[in-house]
Amino acid sequence: MSDLIAVAMSGGVDSSTVAALLKRDGYNIAGLTMQLWNQRRLPELATDETTGRCCSLDDVYDARRVAEHVGIPYYVVNLERQFEESVVAPFVDEYLAGRTPIPCTLCNTFIKFDQFLTLADSVGAKAIATGHYARVGRNPETGRWEMRTARDFSKDQTYFLWGLTQEQLSRTLFPLGEMVKSEVRDLAVAFDLPVANKSESYEICFVPNGDYAAFMDAYLREKGVSREATEGRIVNEEGRELGRHTGAHHFTVGQRKGLGVAAPEPLYVIATDTKSQTVTVGSNDSLLRSTLIARDINWLSWTELSAPARATVRIRNRHLPAQATLYPLEGGKVEVHFDEPQRAVTPGQGAVFYSDDLVAGGGWIE
Amino acid sequence: MQHYYFDHNATTPVAPEVLRSLSEAMAEVYGNASSIHHFGQAAKQRLEAARREVSRLIGCDPREIVFTSGGTEADNLAIFGVLRKRPGHVIASAIEHPAVLNACAQLEREGYGVSYVPVGGDGIVDPDDVRRALRNDTALITVMHANNEIGTVQPVAKIAAVAREAGVVFHSDGVQTAGRIPVNVRELGLDLLSVSGHKFGAPKGIGALYVRKGVELQPLLYGGRHERERRAGTENVPGAAAMGLAAGIAGDWNEIAALRDRLEQGVLDRVPSAGVNGDILRRLPNTTNIRFDGIEGEAMVIALDLRGYAVSSGSACSSGAVEPSHVLLAMGLSAEDARSSVRFSLGPANTREQVDGLIGAVVESVSHLRRISTAFVRGAVNV
Repeated sequence: MSDLIAVAMSGGVDSSTVAALLKRDGYNIAGLTMQLWNQRRLPELATDETTGRCCSLDDVYDARRVAEHVGIPYYVVNLERQFEESVVAPFVDEYLAGRTPIPCTLCNTFIKFDQFLTLADSVGAKAIATGHYARVGRNPETGRWEMRTARDFSKDQTYFLWGLTQEQLSRTLFPLGEMVKSEVRDLAVAFDLPVANKSESYEICFVPNGDYAAFMDAYLREKGVSREATEGRIVNEEGRELGRHTGAHHFTVGQRKGLGVAAPEPLYVIATDTKSQTVTVGSNDSLLRSTLIARDINWLSWTELSAPARATVRIRNRHLPAQATLYPLEGGKVEVHFDEPQRAVTPGQGAVFYSDDLVAGGGWIE
Repeated sequence: MQHYYFDHNATTPVAPEVLRSLSEAMAEVYGNASSIHHFGQAAKQRLEAARREVSRLIGCDPREIVFTSGGTEADNLAIFGVLRKRPGHVIASAIEHPAVLNACAQLEREGYGVSYVPVGGDGIVDPDDVRRALRNDTALITVMHANNEIGTVQPVAKIAAVAREAGVVFHSDGVQTAGRIPVNVRELGLDLLSVSGHKFGAPKGIGALYVRKGVELQPLLYGGRHERERRAGTENVPGAAAMGLAAGIAGDWNEIAALRDRLEQGVLDRVPSAGVNGDILRRLPNTTNIRFDGIEGEAMVIALDLRGYAVSSGSACSSGAVEPSHVLLAMGLSAEDARSSVRFSLGPANTREQVDGLIGAVVESVSHLRRISTAFVRGAVNV
């Protein structure tokens, strides 16, 4: 029998199709679902959709049904403790510090391609497969594992995958990287998968309705953390007070709605300071930045940056990569100079560097 | 791949003769046991024969047996049945099955006081702790006969004496003992005992509560006057008949102890840094719960299943994921040690060859898992 491959199954169309594809192609596979968060843990956040969300009983039910349909062993593993430690707690800390973190990158780096790989290894699987849209291959000349954007650029998920190590890449399969979404849907239908018509979720899995502030409040209340007063001023770039707010952490750079300030022209959040509880607003042009500094760089397809280099850079998911020059800084940081100023460079988000379709590396925006 | 079953504390296969009798009863004895006619009478006769068989299994009068849908219902009927007749304080052990613990949690939500007596590192309740937990208004003491996870057999006769002295009703969850090791409710001095059919070769969906004559119960279900007005609902005659037959043929599982010991010894001899959880003398003959330092029990269960051996770790929650065992935590194990523990529970059909195969699989799995966890620590340092 061939080496065992562990498929990370979420109960969605993509990972279900991966399982069916690998099984069809004769691989020896087992399905595993990571139970990451208890959706009933913070009851005050419950919504009608709670049961249909990631890690809900419905998703586990779906994944189990798919595994049965495909005819593979299937297990649910509890990684709630690890998820809270390495994703939820840092997310909350970052948010309270006035940055806008992306938990999906933390989850990929510390859970899916770390804990899950270890778990797969422990149950005897040599490799894992996931439903991510990205391409991985080994460069025959350098021997280095490289990542490329998905063939279906509209589904590309490399923005969340820049933290992967060579070791992780060498043991990971992304069978959907060469497909477009419609092909995946067609395959799911052809395989008669019970989830073929299931809709997709783009939200952060543990934050119902994308309401970060409500999640934060409920989580800190559960932890018994008393919050200092968070109310403060909304000011313009000259420092004039335009209004009041109930907590700077409720705002993100680039946000336009929900400011509660009347003005002749549209106003956007251009900076938040959770220390002084000041939210600065300004015009759309004030959001434009020509440079950024990224820290904690992980090089994927490139090995290092020793001299300035041209690249395209993404500063959020779905952002069209922008032309830039990368300059190496002390301490492994990178300074990015965009050819054209970019809107809403947001501290806490990732900056991912590309060379054509090659994912060179990435880091966290300071 | 051939799969071998070492998870009999979760459930047991239906014995072949029980299966035959079950399908025969379902096909032919379809009358409603409450009906007056021939068909009803046949069903009633079968039901009462089953009641006699189950009563013989635990040494009570047939009239003291109430058939239920299983162990969980029996536990709930005992606890809520007593409390709603005579409200008061409840004493339970910390290592009860969720069927008891969550019933107690509900009582707490309803405003009742519940005291949980601890267990020692051996996983056994001290009857003196029960005595100390008594209050003037204590209405019920509930302590399981044997624990499902570590197999420890509790001193229920002594606890029953404490209860009797204090004039308090005593319930024991006998789901892991009835049909497996000798149980006599009179000798033990029990007022209430929960029994589950599927733990000893009967199908799921049938159980019983022994209710000592004189103990008053408020029914949980409202309906017809079945089971002497203690449990409404058309009787599950085929299920009861199957449980009666299983009770009649239930062997003494003490014979399984030799195989269990072979497994335990074989594993402990070959795996370093491993140990048995709970008292090794006062426990079920089929159960061993082993702690393997440095591994995740959950991963071990999956790895063994992929090799064809079915064992368990912790208790499965609604999604199927495993949480650290409250029983092991109550014994004083750290969460990490609790997570590194695996339960093996044997049954009458397990063979020496299966046990030897399992030992080999455990040895290989543990050494693989330990190799990974050190590699993992090294990898983390290198980053």
